[in-house]
Amino acid sequence: MSSSLILQNLANSLSLGSLYALIAIGYTMVYGILRLINFAHGDIFMLGAYIAFYAVSMFLMPWYAGFVVAIGLTALFGILLERVAYRPLRDSPRISVMISAIGASFLIENLGIVIFGGRPKGFPVPDLFGTVVHLGSVSIVSVSLFIPVFTFAILAVLLWIVNHTKTGMAMRATSTDLDAARIMGIDVNRVVSFTFGVGSLLAALGGIMWTLKYPQLNPLMGIMPGLKCFIAAVIGGIGNIMGAVLGGFLLGFIEIMIVAFLPDLSGYRDAFAFVLLIVVLLVKPSGLLGKHQAEKV
Amino acid sequence: MKKVSAVLRVSAYVGLALATVLFLAACGGGNTKAAQSNVIKIGVFEPMTGANAAGGAMEVEGIKLANQLNPTVTIGGKEYKVELVVADNKSDKVEAANAAQRLVDQEKVTVVLGSWGSSLSMAAGPIVKDAKVPAIGLSCTNPLVTKGNDYYFRVCFIDPFQGTVMANYAFSQTKAKKAVIIREVSNDYSVGLAKFFADSFKKLTGDDKAILAELNYNTGDQDFSAQLTEAKSLNPDVIFAPGNYTESALVVKQARELGIKTPFLGGDTWETPEFIDVGKASVEGTVFSTFFATEVPITETSKIFLDAYRKQYSKEPAAVTALGFDGYLVALDALKRAGTTDGAKLRDAIAATKDFPGAAGMITLDANGDASKSAVIKTVKDGKFTYLTTVQPM
Repeated sequence: MSSSLILQNLANSLSLGSLYALIAIGYTMVYGILRLINFAHGDIFMLGAYIAFYAVSMFLMPWYAGFVVAIGLTALFGILLERVAYRPLRDSPRISVMISAIGASFLIENLGIVIFGGRPKGFPVPDLFGTVVHLGSVSIVSVSLFIPVFTFAILAVLLWIVNHTKTGMAMRATSTDLDAARIMGIDVNRVVSFTFGVGSLLAALGGIMWTLKYPQLNPLMGIMPGLKCFIAAVIGGIGNIMGAVLGGFLLGFIEIMIVAFLPDLSGYRDAFAFVLLIVVLLVKPSGLLGKHQAEKV
Repeated sequence: MKKVSAVLRVSAYVGLALATVLFLAACGGGNTKAAQSNVIKIGVFEPMTGANAAGGAMEVEGIKLANQLNPTVTIGGKEYKVELVVADNKSDKVEAANAAQRLVDQEKVTVVLGSWGSSLSMAAGPIVKDAKVPAIGLSCTNPLVTKGNDYYFRVCFIDPFQGTVMANYAFSQTKAKKAVIIREVSNDYSVGLAKFFADSFKKLTGDDKAILAELNYNTGDQDFSAQLTEAKSLNPDVIFAPGNYTESALVVKQARELGIKTPFLGGDTWETPEFIDVGKASVEGTVFSTFFATEVPITETSKIFLDAYRKQYSKEPAAVTALGFDGYLVALDALKRAGTTDGAKLRDAIAATKDFPGAAGMITLDANGDASKSAVIKTVKDGKFTYLTTVQPM
């Protein structure tokens, strides 16, 4: 394979990988604090994209305002979702919350079909994000240059919050032992709401970036990316923010390279992601950067 | 918790049981009601949600319009009101089987119209055959929909013909000698049409290696950068991408983003407003084959259809809407000729359809239940579908 081909495929992998990484961070954050796999994360991602679409095309906001509004509203929605679907089950077995998450996911998807309509909508991509940039022989859309920047900026900000602020300390305490944190006087409800808010904010940002890259909205658009980013988070070590980023890039890289080097198997592209999940769970269930946490008695 | 008195509990259970029985009776009763009154049910088996939603919605537009203009049918001297029952197959093969089962078992429809998407029609095939309820496909072009199934018909041409239409265009108009095919491997239509195109193109160029590569993607995929990077490296004269509009718009867009300037050719599934809405400037100049062009009305029915549609929707209809319109009319015509709603006799009446003037052309069904129709080639010009030429059937 020629070097320009390899470079183009590398650029494609980085572009896709950084998108997966961005969304996986939100997934992993919620799991880290609540031990909850928020299956509705992909649908919050979809909501962010749709709100941005309506802000720009129906309310005719300039894109920067529309995006901020979409991210803000989606973050609020995430907090509301937690309040309504997960908090009442906080003291129930973990499986109940997981089922509630699956139910919330189906509810949001089908509400989306009813409210937004089942037919896909084209997103009006602003020129800043839609221009094709040529770096030598490699062609890349400008939004693909923004995404890794956002991903790493957010990673840095989140790591700083988690490790160097009081809120972050409260988050780490809640993650270690929720009841002990409660006893120590930490307002656990506030910490959880904050986590969900941030997680949903990231999902919305991911949704908007995704739509800028693949400008086709439909109410079920969150399912596959949600699943793939869940896989990315698990591969990297679920609960670990750095792991989510690593997992995202790894998954994007594997997906693109499989299609590039084994074009006959490109129909199995999604299957590989799931096979990878199974392999990781069998060989190193805590993921690449995860630590095996013994169940505390 | 306060102990609820035994009397209260028992009454609650009895009340719940009564309510359930009444509810079930009401539901069950509804089905026999239709058979007794003068109502004929026509099942509309279409994807209203999912990847094929736009195609389904457009066909339903045509069927509903025909139903508005022809709300009743006279069978054996008695006039019946025609009621449309829509069953959403959700663009999913499994759901398609469920939806078809619902139409024939619970709704007890007399005839089924649909579906957009050959895979979905094929999923319903065994069900309508077993239930002896004839089905009329509107725009599903894969030959397997009707092959070996006496109860499935269609009012459109089939892909062995459509493949040659685009292969001819590629060879004679685009002067292409080498092509790359990008197909939706989980979609029977896409795989079938790609094969017919490949066979025809190889024959026209006399070159067995005229197809440089067949690149695959799955339904629902959004990232085609790897496949397109490969296509770019092969440097073909033309790229044939007969997939659904959902993915195809993104394929063409990403191709242009990668710097691929090769002409893109496709099939009838491209003709939806979403294709241009999502693809925007990148789909300018793409060429595809389809069933009908409003610029070229073929029969008197075409004019009736166009007038009624323009009056109601104030825009131009898609080709599959005209086919939906035709499907409904063919069903009614067959009911009249059969003089009965009996499945087997109705099937025979549909099979005998000859020189029926549809909005999208004259319909004569052959031994397989397929119609021999001309194809129309369109392109995207200035953000609109524009008619290029008509190709007569072989």
